[in-house]
Amino acid sequence: MKTLEELKKIREKAQADMKLRSTGTRVKVIVGMGTSGIAMGARDVMKAFLDEIGKRNLSDVQITQTGEKGLTSMEPVVDIVIEGKSAVTYGEMTPEKVLKVIEEHIINGNVVNEFVVAVDK
Amino acid sequence: MKYYRSHVLIGISDAALQAGVKEFETALRNELAKKNLQDEINILETGPLGFFGKGICLTVYPENIQYTDVKIEDIAELVESHFLKGRPVKRLLFEEALKGQVNFNYANRIVLKNSGIIDPENIEEYIGAGGYEALEKALLKMQPNDVIAEVKKSGLRGRGGAGFPTGLKWSFTAPIDADQKYIVINADEGEPGTFKDRLIMEGDPHILLEGIALAAYAVGATKAIIYIRGEYKLCIERLRKAIAQAVEYGILGDKIFGTEFSLAIDIKVGAGAYVCGEETALIESLEGNRGNPRWKPPFPGVKGVWQKPTVVNNVETIANVPFIIRNGADAFLQHGPAKSSGTKVYTLMGDIARPGLCEVDMGTSLRTIINEFGGGMKKGIKFKAALVGGAAGVFLPDRMLDVNMDFESLKEYAAVLGSGAVLVMNENTDIVDMLWSVLRFFRHESCGKCSPCKLGTALLYDLISKIKKGEGTMADLDQMVMVAEMMQQTSFCALGQSPIMPIKSALDNFRYEFEARLNK
Amino acid sequence: MYEKIFAKYEPTKDNLIYILHDIQDEHPQHYLSEDAVQRVSEYLNVPVNHIYGVITFYTMYSTKPRGNNIIRLCESPPCYLKGSDNIYKKLKTVLGVKAGETTADGLFTLEFCACLGVCGNAPVMMINDDVYGNLTEESVVTIIEKIRGGK
Ligand SMILES: Cc1cc2nc3c(=O)[nH]c(=O)nc-3n(C[C@H](O)[C@H](O)[C@H](O)COP(=O)(O)O)c2cc1C
Ligand code: FES
Repeated sequence: MKTLEELKKIREKAQADMKLRSTGTRVKVIVGMGTSGIAMGARDVMKAFLDEIGKRNLSDVQITQTGEKGLTSMEPVVDIVIEGKSAVTYGEMTPEKVLKVIEEHIINGNVVNEFVVAVDK
Repeated sequence: MKYYRSHVLIGISDAALQAGVKEFETALRNELAKKNLQDEINILETGPLGFFGKGICLTVYPENIQYTDVKIEDIAELVESHFLKGRPVKRLLFEEALKGQVNFNYANRIVLKNSGIIDPENIEEYIGAGGYEALEKALLKMQPNDVIAEVKKSGLRGRGGAGFPTGLKWSFTAPIDADQKYIVINADEGEPGTFKDRLIMEGDPHILLEGIALAAYAVGATKAIIYIRGEYKLCIERLRKAIAQAVEYGILGDKIFGTEFSLAIDIKVGAGAYVCGEETALIESLEGNRGNPRWKPPFPGVKGVWQKPTVVNNVETIANVPFIIRNGADAFLQHGPAKSSGTKVYTLMGDIARPGLCEVDMGTSLRTIINEFGGGMKKGIKFKAALVGGAAGVFLPDRMLDVNMDFESLKEYAAVLGSGAVLVMNENTDIVDMLWSVLRFFRHESCGKCSPCKLGTALLYDLISKIKKGEGTMADLDQMVMVAEMMQQTSFCALGQSPIMPIKSALDNFRYEFEARLNK
Repeated sequence: MYEKIFAKYEPTKDNLIYILHDIQDEHPQHYLSEDAVQRVSEYLNVPVNHIYGVITFYTMYSTKPRGNNIIRLCESPPCYLKGSDNIYKKLKTVLGVKAGETTADGLFTLEFCACLGVCGNAPVMMINDDVYGNLTEESVVTIIEKIRGGK
């Protein structure tokens, strides 16, 4: 049970978190995990991110999930949010593409243009 | 130092290399030399260009023009037009490519504003997005009647099909003095082609919970039930988690925010029957019976679950309420025409480039929805018809695509907004086959309680099957319309009253296809 | 099994549908036996024929033993437009059974169902709780083979 005062604090903290102000997060990976996404393989994509980020020990990368944006036909869909840059949405992701996105985008900072379906929100 | 009048930056990336950027560069140099421009135009290799084009990308200075996906074949035109005549090649411009880009329309969303952005399993992300502010405002600063007044003023109408004004519905139940009142959320979503409610529940379950709490406060209900179809496993799981979190945070339960208002929300799971989406059948199902519709009146608002006053609302309807209370009715009225205010979620499927969903203002034309949000037709195929509103919907040909999608405008076309399902068919689609599939659905889903619907749906299926096989006659076509009209007038519930919609619109707009199939 | 499920629900008629769901899900053959109906009738104090009335009304229930994996292929108009017919034909050959039947090894039951609400990825089928979309004649074979192999 939270008081209204506590809720207000939660709100402020969550807002800061969403803008990546929380300590230590440089990159946020958001995997679309709605029914369509999962039907098209989002679980494998999520697993590939978790495995590879873990293997490379990238502690400044946070992986989370979200619902569907509306791109049913391009699922699985993944957003990469890096502080100070436009958010990039990748479509039709596969575990192989995940490796490339981690290598090129998350580590080297170069967007993998071929997979991009939208930029910024 | 040489003076160049123009610099061409060629982006070198993996994608560009794969697309053959090296050969491209040589070809470009050759072409420039051929036109004797090599001393005027400078070519430079560089890393990725910082915009998100595909394949080979170029930036031309001083104009700062960005080209995307340029091919060797385009070089002659590019040099001739841009470097000789100073006219950029429009079709290769990055900004042109962007026009075909996905338009999520987030800035204008109400019910799906968080879906695809926040983590639906983390209540704090919903709170961070302004969630539960409306509930706080209502409980601490508004009387129940103020909430009803605000919803009435917003003009919100039901998104479950019938379009009944929501505030008015609540105002019937609110004054009734009863020991128990219920809010029932209709999440049985069974209209073929519809998945808007699933997206809301999966993508942002808390927006539904907040809406329920506001509705319950407004009408004086302390119990709410969400009736979800059994196939929606992920929705059920996410809503269960969401409810548990809300209880833990004291947002649901006893004496919420220290006020006198208490609310418990329960989830009930359906077992596969389209008719249970009809509100009285749904209530029967909740009580553990076959889902046969009840006679109205009394309406559920007076006698619903266990004979207690019950407000039944659709998921999308309720998901609009937090916005209305938080931002005020006037903000809601900014969206859509006066008599159909707000936004509407459409699910787009079939032969369009980008099946999926969109949430746009009411009154947006079907053409805009298909072209702008669905990406238009799939490459190389032409539009023939759209089945709008699911099985209980209408077939619309191209000349009707400019219809504005709102309750009032659609009435003129004898169409209904229905569930928001838009099924797009290409020029080769057989309308007879599609109608057959629609009538097969109705035959299967008729609950069998009333004879007109039970016998009618079976007869319609037989007739269309005969026509599909090429054995039908003109008399069969006429009989189909007659039967469906009879069903419309005499069926017990809207299920049996619906088949006339697809039948009549198919025959009105595509009669020649049916006639061509008859056994003459 | 019954006691464990009954313990979750008050013995009131409105819980009938959920109890039936749970019993059917727990049963390896995904069905409601005569014995099950009898036990539920006693627990809820609801006549057996009311329970049968409910079971026959809802498509998700079965009174016949079924396979370990229930394949539910959507046949509603959007999936039909996208070729669910061809998927059905392919499934028939791969499994060797028609809709409503169970394979001899007891592994699969093939059924039709109405719209599953995943129409943006039509044609669509569900196997138990998992949804598979954008089906092609090739992909269904892979999916079935994978389940067969993982047995
Ligand atoms: C056969 C039939 C199926 C229906 N299916 C649904 C459904 O799946 N979801 C829904 O919200 N309303 C459905 N309705 C409409 C409901 O009866 C009811 O009008 C609605 O839930 C009221 O909510 P609203 O005022 O928020 O739209 C259906 C009606 C009929 C006749
Ligand atoms: S029509 Fe098949 S999932 Fe909707």
